[in-house]
Amino acid sequence: MNLVIGAFTIGLILSLLSLGMLISFKMIKFTDITVDGSITLGASLTAVLIATGWNPWLATLMAFFAGSLAGAITGVLHTKFKIQEILAGILMMTALYSINLRIMGRSNIPLLDTGSVSSQAEQLLTTVSGGADKMNVFGWDVPVADLGALISSLVLSVLLAIVLNYFLKTHFGTVLRATGNNPQMVRAQGVNNNTMVVFSLALSNGLVALSGAILAQYQGFADVQMGIGMMVWGLASIIIGEALVGKSSIGMTITGAILGTILFRLLIAIALRWGLNPNDLKLVTAVFVFLALVAPSMFKNLGKRLQKVRSHANNQ
Amino acid sequence: MLTINNISKTFFPGTINEVQALRNVSLQIKEGSFTAIIGTNGSGKSTLLNAIAGTFIPDEGSIKIDGTEISRWPEFKRARMIGRVFQNPFAGSAADMTIAENIVMAMRRGQSRPLKIAVHKSIKEAIAEKVQMLKMGLEDRLDNPIGTLSGGQRQALTLLMATWLKPKLLLLDEHTAALDPKSAAKVAELTKIIIERENLTALMVTHSMQQAVDLPDRIVMMHRGQIVEDLHDEMKQRVRVPDLLETFNIIQKRELFDESVARLMKEQYV
Repeated sequence: MNLVIGAFTIGLILSLLSLGMLISFKMIKFTDITVDGSITLGASLTAVLIATGWNPWLATLMAFFAGSLAGAITGVLHTKFKIQEILAGILMMTALYSINLRIMGRSNIPLLDTGSVSSQAEQLLTTVSGGADKMNVFGWDVPVADLGALISSLVLSVLLAIVLNYFLKTHFGTVLRATGNNPQMVRAQGVNNNTMVVFSLALSNGLVALSGAILAQYQGFADVQMGIGMMVWGLASIIIGEALVGKSSIGMTITGAILGTILFRLLIAIALRWGLNPNDLKLVTAVFVFLALVAPSMFKNLGKRLQKVRSHANNQ
Repeated sequence: MLTINNISKTFFPGTINEVQALRNVSLQIKEGSFTAIIGTNGSGKSTLLNAIAGTFIPDEGSIKIDGTEISRWPEFKRARMIGRVFQNPFAGSAADMTIAENIVMAMRRGQSRPLKIAVHKSIKEAIAEKVQMLKMGLEDRLDNPIGTLSGGQRQALTLLMATWLKPKLLLLDEHTAALDPKSAAKVAELTKIIIERENLTALMVTHSMQQAVDLPDRIVMMHRGQIVEDLHDEMKQRVRVPDLLETFNIIQKRELFDESVARLMKEQYV
């Protein structure tokens, strides 16, 4: 049960990363690798700020702004200096590696016995349970700390999902979505599509850094390596979400991204339980994303070929 | 209204592929007039339209709309004044988004984009009312992605979107060329209706002589990056498709000779 709660919590925390990537990858169709660096940026900045006594919420908010700045720079590299989107992302990600080391002063920072964004939820639960450190949930004894983290990440991701859903349906959000679809049309409607790209990447990486900030508080440390492969994980989650819920509306797409992230974390937890070597995890994820990207067109081709064979047979 | 003064544009200057797409083109368009630009392939007619729309910045010359110099403005800024319909029926709308979402974006062309819900019930009713005039039954499909429509339907909607807020200038870039004959006729008819009803100032590039004769009230003929013929008022009233073809023939015959010889012959025989 603890395993499931852990997977759920991490899934909910990383769903902020998926929501961020939804904006870059799905809305403006920008393959943004900055993500690998900005999630670590969020984690390292928050860790340092909390360690020096900042309020966890304020530290987390600062992570959002730092991530936005990183995303905006990637956007400017691409739109203003005409660097290919992948390369712009790689440049920013590489630069962020050194920046993150600078921020932390070493390769990792532990966060033990410090407050976090789930402190309030924990306190509340402790009062409710009358001071016990475990609570009975559907027949299981669950540590209050774990439950607090689960509830606060749930509240946070649901809140952000609602805000994002609203934002994408506004006049501004509508044009943002059109930017990935048809930049020419966006210009013809009097909107600078380059500005939209920079803004979207800022918002996207802000959410990613937010996810990193909360992740660092949940797992109790920030590490300079923690971002490696995160972009592919986010992709995998989005793809699973799309297969799960579809993309018939913005609300469904957002819900899908969150559910996809949680399911992906559960699958990983199960795979690890069954004895998958943790070192193989990124390879497995990469193969999965490859298959998910290729499968739809492969099925289509297969279907066409079958149809051909069938019509051929009928003709004879 | 629109005053173009001596604009020139050379693509790929200093290379083998150098093209003088526009050579000292000057053109004045009156408020409320509808002008067609015709010409052979590579004559610079679409380039002229793109220069006005802001796809590129001309090397020389000025472009003014109502006295405002716009030739250095970026494309998106000019969209405040200019509505556009493209040759490619898919270029004017966002395929994955619904009809209503596409139109709602056009309802704020060149204006601020506030953080308020864009598509709601009362806006949808207003959209449905106006979409009805297309007589394509699209008013019942406002929530469908616009990518599911045919080229003709999308082009009709793009025309409606470009004129939703009255533009100072409407640019039509061979907007019926990529459509099947029936849709092309339908879109051409809609173009005439909308331009007349809203009393718009319009500039249309077309490859169809018949369209140039039927729709507008002035015909400008381009060749090799220059304006070679300008038919308006009575002359335009009298002109028929064979006359236009004949003019093309004369221009092309002139081409066969060296420019100085052509001038000589023109002086002696014409």
